[in-house]
Amino acid sequence: MMDVKRRYVIPGDVIATGPLRPEQNVFQDGDRMISTCVGISEIFENSVKVIPLTGGYMPKANDLVIGKVIGTSPLSWEFDINSCFVGFLPAQDVFGRDYSPTKDELRQRLDIGDLVAVRIANFDRSRDPLLTVQDRDLGKIDSGELIEISPSKVPRLIGKRGSMIQTIEMATKAIITIGQNGWIVISCEDSEGLLKAVEAVKMIDALAHTPNLTERVKSMLGVVDGENNDTIND
Amino acid sequence: MTEDGIRCDGRRLDELRNISIKVGVLKNADGSAYIEFGKNKILAGVFGPRDVHPKHMANPDSGILRCRYHMSPFSVTERKNPAPSRREIEISKVIKEALQPAVILKDYPRTVIDVFIEVLQADGGSRCAALDAAAVALADAGIPMRDLVSACAAGKVADRIVLDVNNEEDQEGQADMPVALMPNLGKVTLLQLDGMLKPEEFKTCMQTALVGCKRVYEIQRKALMEKYFQNGEQ
Repeated sequence: MMDVKRRYVIPGDVIATGPLRPEQNVFQDGDRMISTCVGISEIFENSVKVIPLTGGYMPKANDLVIGKVIGTSPLSWEFDINSCFVGFLPAQDVFGRDYSPTKDELRQRLDIGDLVAVRIANFDRSRDPLLTVQDRDLGKIDSGELIEISPSKVPRLIGKRGSMIQTIEMATKAIITIGQNGWIVISCEDSEGLLKAVEAVKMIDALAHTPNLTERVKSMLGVVDGENNDTIND
Repeated sequence: MTEDGIRCDGRRLDELRNISIKVGVLKNADGSAYIEFGKNKILAGVFGPRDVHPKHMANPDSGILRCRYHMSPFSVTERKNPAPSRREIEISKVIKEALQPAVILKDYPRTVIDVFIEVLQADGGSRCAALDAAAVALADAGIPMRDLVSACAAGKVADRIVLDVNNEEDQEGQADMPVALMPNLGKVTLLQLDGMLKPEEFKTCMQTALVGCKRVYEIQRKALMEKYFQNGEQ
């Protein structure tokens, strides 16, 4: 693995100086690389980035998020996607191209308050995020437990190549849908497994920046080591 | 003030009042901080980025920053009318302008970041204390910032330049100069002067205030580190 130097930083901290490329949450002042948020800085061979520990969700094209219907207009649904922007799901995306506002009733498919797994089809600075449900695993969520965690901790919950989430899913037999916006739906037939999975997710949210988290989650879930050696230390 | 430079509250000329900052004290705010700056007790809460209301205030190119400095009726000895006074409106404006260079608003077009500052108890230098709390609250909210903003006043009392003027000294003194600094970038974002100073006195006063700002920065930094990393410097 590449040699990565990590450090705890707050806004204004100089992470490094020299000819490096500023990546996420880093701002360049002359040849100084300065952190713009509270987080953990990582210096790679020719770039610097900061993994944030706080902050809301910023929509990104192709992200899978969980949204809540907050309203309808004649041609689209409006979604709360736990962000400063409201997501739009065009009615044609659900009804097909022959959608007509006089014939079809939006509320019959998705009503206000419904949770929906959606993908962000398009987003740029000038427009609100455009959503889609045209994909596998997308669409209305009928059952499960909704948990809100900090969006900055979602990568940690997933783990490297999905190791963390696999560990939880295997130990509890739960099905976990993770929205990049920090909204997570857990469904499990066994109530005990559900409670355990919820506890594990909350634990990751609380302890996201501490090392050896996978080990701790495993011991909390009572997983015997050996079956999944994919530990992460970031 | 005594001959050997001990002030009315027992401090030396270049001594700050006791400062303590607590991060994340308000559950419903996205970021918050509570500061005790001598006898000043101030709460700051940050909401956003979120939708702008009224909508005409929104800027399609960047986010906007709004700031409200408010003194509680019980914050001073004589009851203060809770309606925003001329002084509060001014302080809201200067705090906003002192924070603006630090906050990177470009990333959040069409949104607003609201900063609410409530003075629970006032004892001179509350605008500096409020600014210190607001900067920490912004960092807690995960708003990208170029640097923290640290503020501290200096002034002239009994013909001598003193750091961190309290209420009594402010009333009796000859000058009061609040200064805000982005410590890592070395840029001043607020400079006000109430009273008269000779050019040389201004220079020493400025130097004194900047030293004070840097000391305040260390306290702000410690408060953030404590909240996010339990003070485990790496």
